[in-house]
Amino acid sequence: MSRAGFSETRSASGQPELLLTGRWTLRALAEPGTTAAAWQNRLRELGRRDAVSWNCLDIEALDSVGALLLWRSWGRKLPGLLLMRPEHRHIFERIAAAEREPAAVVPPRSPFEGLIVLGAGVLSVIRQLRDFVALLGQLALDLLHLLRHPGDLPAREISANIYKSGMRAMPVTALVGLLIGIALSYLSSLQLRQFGADIFIVNLLGLSIIRELGPVLVAVLVAGRSGSAMTAQLGVMRVTEEIDALATMGVSSSLRLVLPKVVALAVVTPLLVLWATALALLGGMLAADIQLGIGVGYFIETLPKVVPVVNLWIGLAKGAVFGLAIALIACHFGLRVKPNTESLSANTTAAVVTAITVVIFIDAMFAIALRNVGLPRL
Amino acid sequence: MTTTPPVVAISDLSTRLGEVWIHRHLNLDIAAGELVALVGGSGSGKTTLLRQMVGLLTPTQGTIRLFGEPLFGGGVVRERALRQRFGVLFQQGALFSALTVFDNIAFPLRELRCFDATTIRDLVMLKLEMVELLPQHALLLPAELSGGMVKRVALARALALEPELLLLDEPTAGLDPDRSAGFVRLIRRLGDELGLTVLLVTHDVATLAALTTHVAVLADQHILAYGTLDEVRQFDHPFIRNFFPPQR
Ligand SMILES: Nc1ncnc2c1ncn2[C@@H]1O[C@H](COP(=O)(O)OP(=O)(O)OP(=O)(O)O)[C@@H](O)[C@H]1O
Ligand SMILES: [Mg+2]
Repeated sequence: MSRAGFSETRSASGQPELLLTGRWTLRALAEPGTTAAAWQNRLRELGRRDAVSWNCLDIEALDSVGALLLWRSWGRKLPGLLLMRPEHRHIFERIAAAEREPAAVVPPRSPFEGLIVLGAGVLSVIRQLRDFVALLGQLALDLLHLLRHPGDLPAREISANIYKSGMRAMPVTALVGLLIGIALSYLSSLQLRQFGADIFIVNLLGLSIIRELGPVLVAVLVAGRSGSAMTAQLGVMRVTEEIDALATMGVSSSLRLVLPKVVALAVVTPLLVLWATALALLGGMLAADIQLGIGVGYFIETLPKVVPVVNLWIGLAKGAVFGLAIALIACHFGLRVKPNTESLSANTTAAVVTAITVVIFIDAMFAIALRNVGLPRL
Repeated sequence: MTTTPPVVAISDLSTRLGEVWIHRHLNLDIAAGELVALVGGSGSGKTTLLRQMVGLLTPTQGTIRLFGEPLFGGGVVRERALRQRFGVLFQQGALFSALTVFDNIAFPLRELRCFDATTIRDLVMLKLEMVELLPQHALLLPAELSGGMVKRVALARALALEPELLLLDEPTAGLDPDRSAGFVRLIRRLGDELGLTVLLVTHDVATLAALTTHVAVLADQHILAYGTLDEVRQFDHPFIRNFFPPQR
């Protein structure tokens, strides 16, 4: 493959002439070491010297990159003295035509840019809240509809979601619960032993795990695991227009896609809380046995005496509320996905971050509202 | 002077997807400068063949060489250089959904790292003009385009690197007859100007008759016939009789 090149000669009539040879194509011009800009400058200099004629008859191949390079070094017009094959002339005609097209109008930047960004942010938050309320309303309508037409209950979808976000989450919640229980028990027992308060390990572990850690831990895991999956699923269905296809078949996307997810998480999260709490207590119990010599039998016997059972109910209620919130937030963001990959990733991130934040927020509300319930006074 | 190898050389290719043999002992050689239409029934494995030619799928058996070189091996640089010599138009367009039309077309040019921003802008505008799109379309996102516009942007992107070989999967599906004819003229002109080799999958006999120098018929899991349109018409096979109704 011969490279692009040029040489200065004199034509038959003795005029200075630039003879272009070789391949003026992208691949030949983009060889390492030269940049398009360098080529262009050299050519422009040559062309400026005096009235040269350009002989392009010997060019082996010319594509639009080569042509554009020449065009720009000629100052965006054909030079007065030019010899060129007709099929190459077509390319320049096309370049000229492209330049005649009016450029796209980019809206000018406003001097109030900062204010506009701020306003857009506020409006977007308001719009999000409105959409969220609309989603809640739609779900309420769906529930009313189900009361009147129980046959429309999406039972299969609910069951599938329970399996996916419940059964499938059991190993990971078990592992995390067990490890947290062990870690917490070890750390606390080191401290408690210094005060000779060994037996309070039961109170400490029981209360903190059952009431606080179990529900929050599970909620974080569910948000990361099932919440993100729900957003991504709904999002991809928006990208591939599957939701539109469902709508044209008269299938309500909120009834068939959102409701099952919400119901499933509301049912499954308390169960996972129970499961993870049990394993965390087990881990704590084993660690206490090894570290402090507090037997498993003693632990089990003491636990119900020092931790009122209402704490378990609080934990389970928290689990249900957290599950509900996570599913609603995940579906809300999933339905907001615009048909492009960037929006998909942004909304999935937003869903998980918002879900975890809201979970912690609700947890704080619970703590304040129930501050007089279930805390034994010594 | 040595004889140039065929641009596309497929020999004894067999493909199995799952449990089904899609191709068996398929052979096809395409010489430089040919405009070849690949025709075949729906589901006969045309897209699969195209995906193998660009290295997205590896054949179960047999070899594919482009420009006389194997698709794989020889290091990243060689593989990338080879891939920059052909352009592909996917059946569904496959535009980058997060990028605007402008950035979609500019993407392969930027990857080369040898053009400045103004050159890239000029080149993109030129490509847009080639496929009969207006400059203001450059700011749209793929989701805001019509089906036919997606096809044209995808073609512009495939043309961005000035390929020597163009592989088009149903380029005229979704275009109105006028645009479809314009599309065909564009490809023919590019072929004349650049000595482009083109392989296109099409179901449109009008496109095929107007554009192509050769026709390859994919049926019964291999290339049943390969030749000029008139040669292929002579071939006696139920698929060919149905596809090319006898001239009146
Ligand atoms: N990933 C895959 N796994 C299994 N089978 C596949 C896969 N992709 C395609 N197939 C099968 O291979 C066959 C050929 O598919 P291909 O997409 O190549 O058809 P085509 O000739 O392009 O059809 P059309 O004209 O409709 O686009 C089809 O029967 C399809 O079901
Ligand atoms: Mg196909």
